[in-house]
Amino acid sequence: MTLDSLLILSAAVFCIGLYGILSKTNIVSTIMSIELMFNGIIIAAVSFSRFTPSALLMNNSFDVSSFALNTALSGHVFGVFIISIAAAESALALALVFVMFNKKSSVDIVDFNELKG
Amino acid sequence: MFDSDIPVYLIILSPIISFLVNSIFIRIFFGTNSKISGLLTIFTISISFLFSLLALYHVNSNGNYEYDSRLWFSYGSFEIGFGILLDQLTAIMLVVVSGVSLLVQIYSIGYMKNDISYVRYYAYMSLFTASMLGLVTSRNLVQLFVFWELVGVTSYLLIGFWMNRPSAAKAAKKAFLMTRFGDFGFLFGIMYLASKNPEWLDIPTLYNAVHLPDFTHTVATIFSIALLAGAVGKSAQFPLHSWLPDAMEGPTSVSALIHSATMVTAGVFLIARIFPIISLSDESQIILSFIGAFTVIFAASMALVSNDIKRVLAYSTVSQLGYMMLALGIGAYGPAIFHLLTHAFFKAALFLGSGSLHHSTGTFNLKYMGGMKKIMPVTYWSMLIGSLSLAGIFPLSGFWSKDEILSSLFNDFSFLSPNSILFFLAIIGVFMTSFYMFRAIFLAFDGEFRGGGTQEKKDLKKKGLVIPETLEDVHKSEAPKVMLIPVLILVFFAIFLGFFVNPVFDIPLISKHWFSNLLFQNVPVFGDNVHHTDFKFLIAIISSIIAIIGIMLAWAIYIKGYVSLPKNSFIINKLKILLDKKYFFDEIYEDKLVNSFLYNRLFKITEVLDLKFLDNINIYLGKFTLKIGQLLSIGQTGYLQFYAGGMILGVIILLCGIVLWNF
Repeated sequence: MTLDSLLILSAAVFCIGLYGILSKTNIVSTIMSIELMFNGIIIAAVSFSRFTPSALLMNNSFDVSSFALNTALSGHVFGVFIISIAAAESALALALVFVMFNKKSSVDIVDFNELKG
Repeated sequence: MFDSDIPVYLIILSPIISFLVNSIFIRIFFGTNSKISGLLTIFTISISFLFSLLALYHVNSNGNYEYDSRLWFSYGSFEIGFGILLDQLTAIMLVVVSGVSLLVQIYSIGYMKNDISYVRYYAYMSLFTASMLGLVTSRNLVQLFVFWELVGVTSYLLIGFWMNRPSAAKAAKKAFLMTRFGDFGFLFGIMYLASKNPEWLDIPTLYNAVHLPDFTHTVATIFSIALLAGAVGKSAQFPLHSWLPDAMEGPTSVSALIHSATMVTAGVFLIARIFPIISLSDESQIILSFIGAFTVIFAASMALVSNDIKRVLAYSTVSQLGYMMLALGIGAYGPAIFHLLTHAFFKAALFLGSGSLHHSTGTFNLKYMGGMKKIMPVTYWSMLIGSLSLAGIFPLSGFWSKDEILSSLFNDFSFLSPNSILFFLAIIGVFMTSFYMFRAIFLAFDGEFRGGGTQEKKDLKKKGLVIPETLEDVHKSEAPKVMLIPVLILVFFAIFLGFFVNPVFDIPLISKHWFSNLLFQNVPVFGDNVHHTDFKFLIAIISSIIAIIGIMLAWAIYIKGYVSLPKNSFIINKLKILLDKKYFFDEIYEDKLVNSFLYNRLFKITEVLDLKFLDNINIYLGKFTLKIGQLLSIGQTGYLQFYAGGMILGVIILLCGIVLWNF
């Protein structure tokens, strides 16, 4: 397993999310697509940290300093942060979806194009 | 006692305290016509008066006091100080201002009794008195200018005191704007002097600077002519005279204090203040004396036909101020200030008397008065004495002061010299003064009563004209004591002030020419260069005979009817219209100068500039931003995908840019 294959996976997930945002008009699908894009980014972050020199040393059962440990795990920490932020964001977004539905009985973003020139 | 300047500050601050207490405390807690305000004002002004008398006493025995100038504000090395200058002129002005003001405040208790804005009246009056006292004690020209404007503002407030009357509001505005016109000259003079040397703004320094070579003839001329403009505006001299007759719209007590005795003499005071500078420049002296002499007969001629007794007195004030200006212009400092002193008292008495007349007849129009001699004997006698004094009849105070001015004019008299022309004009002025004054007295007090305010209202209604709010119903009665006593005190001074202040020979307690000597003790102003005007018997006889001829003529026309003007003469009628319309000066100023010339010609340029140029810049600037906004708003489609696509496109372009850049 090389870094390249992981990054290709990450880019693929990200692009699927991007396609979803651009093509779907249902707001729930859009939110789901955003989650996919987040996940693509998490994969990239974690895979970079997996291939740092200190992480490679640890895999080969070398003792490393606490500083090296920190660098090896920083990508994972990022991943945890992004997941929690994504969770908070989707909770907020779903609340907005409820409001939108109450207003217009629709979750199609084309119906909400009032702010335009 | 006057070693420090605290007592002098007390003189100024005491009426200010009454102003503040009246306008903040009494008005809110005791109502707008609380009688306490009058008593408080009288109390504070009597404090000022007592200290002014003390100041005069100390100045008389110790010479003038110069206190330290304190720093007021500075701008770099340019420093403006303030302080007190207590010299002989100031001491006399202090006594005149606070003394006349005190008597007028006492009179006002009766005169303003029924006014709903009683407290406001006293607040304004206190502020006026304070600013006038501040004006005469100022040590710095900038400080003087501030008080000068403050006096102008209070005059504005008091002329428009009955602000619900359109005529009063109009008169107040007119007075303010016309005096401002002169004040522009004053301000220019101050700035010019400051540009030469800022230290000269301090008046004692200026007195010393006169002898320095830097102080050239040009500086003196420009400075004194600029200040002359200010004095002409404030003292209502030709050509800025026309505001004073209109200022009679205010309460009569205000006219007595401000528009005859004190504020209008501020111009004379200013000229006296800069007397050493004005003496350096022959040009400004000649301008000053000719303005004065011309105003004497010019204003008197309008008083000849005026039917409003207050306007007659107003024109008379303008004319008498002309005498003072004339005297200062020929260098007769002592006579000018002496005339200021006597005039303040007898003119205030006359004004207060005319207020009492209005109290009784309900009108100021002489045509509707008449026969008041029997009803108001005290007012009659006091106004008669005031008029005799004004006309310059022996031995009343006006005789002595006017005679001094005429005598100074008679010095080095030669045929057709400027002085002889001025003397001739002044003598004509004496004749006209006695004639118009006794015309007014005879019309008001002799003959049959012609109906008063009640009748005038009826006549105006019949003609379908607007009835002025000054008209009240007749209630024939002598004025109450509180109004009579101040008039009688003023009359007492109108009788005795002239001889006993400036006697022509030594009498017990008072030395010969005490008043002139006191003024000439002012060393910084005069140095050793003192010249007295001696009493001239010939002049006294001439002026008395001419004044008596004026009185006799008025008597012959208005009482006996021996002489009457031809009714249908073309010239007489035209002349009457000319005088009645005040030489069309109001029309010239308002229609020709302001409307036709300034408004429709000169300021048309700015109007065109504004409408065609500046307005269009704004309009096109607005249209331009509007267009740009409309153009940009095309991008705002309202579709979420469009924005997201745009964002992604932007990121891709940026990335491509970075990649290409690094190649």
